[in-house]
Amino acid sequence: MRVELRNIHKHFGPVHANAGITLTFEEGKIHGLLGENGAGKSTLMKILSGFYRPDDGEIYLDGQRVSFHHPADALRQGVGMLHQDPLDFPVMTVLENFMAGSPGGMVPDKRKARKSLKTLGEQFGFHLDPDATVASLTVGERQQLEILRLLWLGARVLIFDEPTTGISAQQKERLFQALRQLASEGRTIIFVTHKLYEVQELCDTAAVLRLGKLMGRRTAPYDLDDLVKLMFGRVLKMERKPAVPLGEPIFRVEDLAVESARVRIRNVYLEVRAGEVIGLAGMEGSGQRYLLRACAGLLRPTSGRVWFRGREMTGRSYLDFYQAGATYLPATRLEEGLLPGLRVADHLVLTRGSRGFFVNERHARDLAQEAIRTFNIRGRPDSMVEALSGGNQQRLLLSLLRPNLSLLFLEHPTRGLDMESTLWVWEQLLERCRQGTAIFFMSSDLDELLNYSDRILVFFAGQVSAPIPAEELDTESLGRLIGGYGFVPVEEAQTMSVGEAAHAR
Amino acid sequence: MDTLLVGLAGVVALSTPVVLATLGEILTERAGVINLALNGTILLSAMTGFAVAVNSGSLLWGFLAGGTVGMTVALLVTFTSLTLGQSQVAVGFVLTLLTRDLSYFLGNPYMGKQGPRLPHWPLPVLQDIPILGPLLFRHDLMVYLSYVVILGMWFWFFYTRPGLILRGLGERPAAAYVRGARVRELRYLYAALGGFLAGLAGPAYSLSVKAGWKGTISGLDGIGWIALALTIFGGWHPLRGALGAYLFGLLQWLSLVLQPQLKDIPSQVLQVAPFPTMILLLLFVNIGNTEWMQRTLAGLPPEVRRLVERALRALQVSPPAALGKVFREE
Ligand SMILES: Nc1ncnc2c1ncn2[C@@H]1O[C@H](COP(=O)(O)OP(=O)(O)OP(=O)(O)O)[C@@H](O)[C@H]1O
Ligand SMILES: [Mg+2]
Repeated sequence: MRVELRNIHKHFGPVHANAGITLTFEEGKIHGLLGENGAGKSTLMKILSGFYRPDDGEIYLDGQRVSFHHPADALRQGVGMLHQDPLDFPVMTVLENFMAGSPGGMVPDKRKARKSLKTLGEQFGFHLDPDATVASLTVGERQQLEILRLLWLGARVLIFDEPTTGISAQQKERLFQALRQLASEGRTIIFVTHKLYEVQELCDTAAVLRLGKLMGRRTAPYDLDDLVKLMFGRVLKMERKPAVPLGEPIFRVEDLAVESARVRIRNVYLEVRAGEVIGLAGMEGSGQRYLLRACAGLLRPTSGRVWFRGREMTGRSYLDFYQAGATYLPATRLEEGLLPGLRVADHLVLTRGSRGFFVNERHARDLAQEAIRTFNIRGRPDSMVEALSGGNQQRLLLSLLRPNLSLLFLEHPTRGLDMESTLWVWEQLLERCRQGTAIFFMSSDLDELLNYSDRILVFFAGQVSAPIPAEELDTESLGRLIGGYGFVPVEEAQTMSVGEAAHAR
Repeated sequence: MDTLLVGLAGVVALSTPVVLATLGEILTERAGVINLALNGTILLSAMTGFAVAVNSGSLLWGFLAGGTVGMTVALLVTFTSLTLGQSQVAVGFVLTLLTRDLSYFLGNPYMGKQGPRLPHWPLPVLQDIPILGPLLFRHDLMVYLSYVVILGMWFWFFYTRPGLILRGLGERPAAAYVRGARVRELRYLYAALGGFLAGLAGPAYSLSVKAGWKGTISGLDGIGWIALALTIFGGWHPLRGALGAYLFGLLQWLSLVLQPQLKDIPSQVLQVAPFPTMILLLLFVNIGNTEWMQRTLAGLPPEVRRLVERALRALQVSPPAALGKVFREE
């Protein structure tokens, strides 16, 4: 189905999220939609899928003017969308999610749905257990379920809004294969992303949005620098971490173990020096978060000892770590990092304001203005934090950090951020390293891990490797380790951990 | 044996209004709306149902009036939150106080009056089943209606297409929306239905199990809060919610029956005993969430662990994730 958007406008209060966008998507092709954070990609796609109504503009399907009043309208006409965060019901089973919203009589035919799920899944190599709850699935599997559901309901235009965030390399490969197959069957695929290499690998055309406007349209093969320039207005490059002279050892764990039903991390010996960056690599849910949280006192390790700045901190809580100069930034910015419902100014008062009983509104605004200026946050002092885009939430979080930190724990510091914000975030973090902050971070972005870490711990199936110096790895070898090829858990490599302990001393 | 059976049948009858109120609240909350006005609602609908029945001489009108009161209060809560954007919790609290005082004030003329009462209507054939017959099928219409509601709601939730969407509504309204649901309309609809059911609980007292209106000494104050607790205890599941209501009725009955036997224990202790017992049960239901439990589990052999985990998971409850949150369709 050929999709035509004509002169689409959408405002959110003062924000002009889509400012007159005209775009055509031919059928049988994969179309990339590129743009920095907040460019208006999701908004445009939500309009095309009937989730939002445009303030102005028209949509044509195969030359026919359509207007959607509800996402179900759009799907009935053949337009289906996979949202940036999967819109499904985690507490229900795969089969129930698959059936919910399907047309038909009062009592759904479970047997038929089960069969359709199976046969459709087999076409794409998606194997989902119909009776598992969706909460137990990985992000990648939840996506697969959504794809099958939309196809079952007859979608001929499929929109994927940043589908590769948080899924494993294998799942990504399978997803791309499925997309190619769908396009070859004559469906129209729209692929929203801000990762250029994905566009290069997958897309037949690429449209670039910036600040709500269409900046240009290109067809494969692409000139990457040209795309970057369209996206950001200038050329950007990711560079390796510059050599920072490492300082005193400030953090040490000995024989640390973290165990739970799924995770068996044992024999972790590690000594971290001021200014050092330790990367935690692995597929989502391989145990990285457990170790990170155990090191920060957010989770009680099963055994082992921890020292921080010369003091034994074994069994202490996060508050003790925090007071000793450590901070933890979680990946779920809105759930654990920020306080939804409070303004930007409130956040600054809470972390930096005077200790007085009353809030000085003027002072709060000044603090917020300053943070907005120095940290380049797109927002106002009285913006609610939940209304900020992901990149700007991360900037705000960084602006809230105390000046003299010894140790910083980060979960996915740049997840969902565009290249410019990513580079900017790391600039800030490396500046902290120069001032002697040690950083622990987990990420699923191989380039980020390789570029910014000094040493990398690889996690696989709930186990952890010995620390590996980053310069001994490249994308390929790290990718293999993450997938379990050549992976040696530290407990089976006793000699290595003893060696590591010796090395650390 | 017979006296025990009669006693238990009494428990079933006495629990019926609690069952209705609990199921009404479950329905409302599954759709994502919290109706905290339940307690006052039951009082006001009990009084209204009784007054209408007295004046019109019709039991049917009495029950309809009670239901309508419940529906109206629920719609007020829904309107102020979904349309006016106010807090459901705050509005619910205010309304629960308001409706309670209103029932005492407006009910004054009906204090202690004689009124109609729903007649017993043993079900032919069914009533002769041994044990179950006398226990379940020698009651009045409201009790039978409550059975229908329990089973009907269970079927609706877990076996029908609209039921799937309903469960999604309180879980992730945006996901229900992309699946074709008209979120706001459906929330109004389910809140109204749930309110109607809760409203039936009132006349189920004043026209049946505790016939008449006795103002502050009717003994109905507090039932709504129990029903709210049972909604949680029952994990927003109709069968478990109903079970909880019967269990609570049983505990209350036991404390009455045991009173003569346990003379050493002050009667006040026995009267309030069902409440802490319910709290303990709630604790037990959620024990699987504790870190301590998780750690203990990790030490068990895998087969045993899986069994225990499954059992605990079956017990565990978590509220509809979007409960009380407003979703705006653009
Ligand atoms: N529901 C909303 N209410 C208010 N503002 C919104 C809303 N949705 C989006 N915006 C604003 O509209 C602009 C475009 O947002 P949109 O989500 O379309 O960006 P995007 O290109 O998808 O970015 P990202 O790469 O971060 O996902 C942003 O400035 C955002 O803050
Ligand atoms: Mg987006």
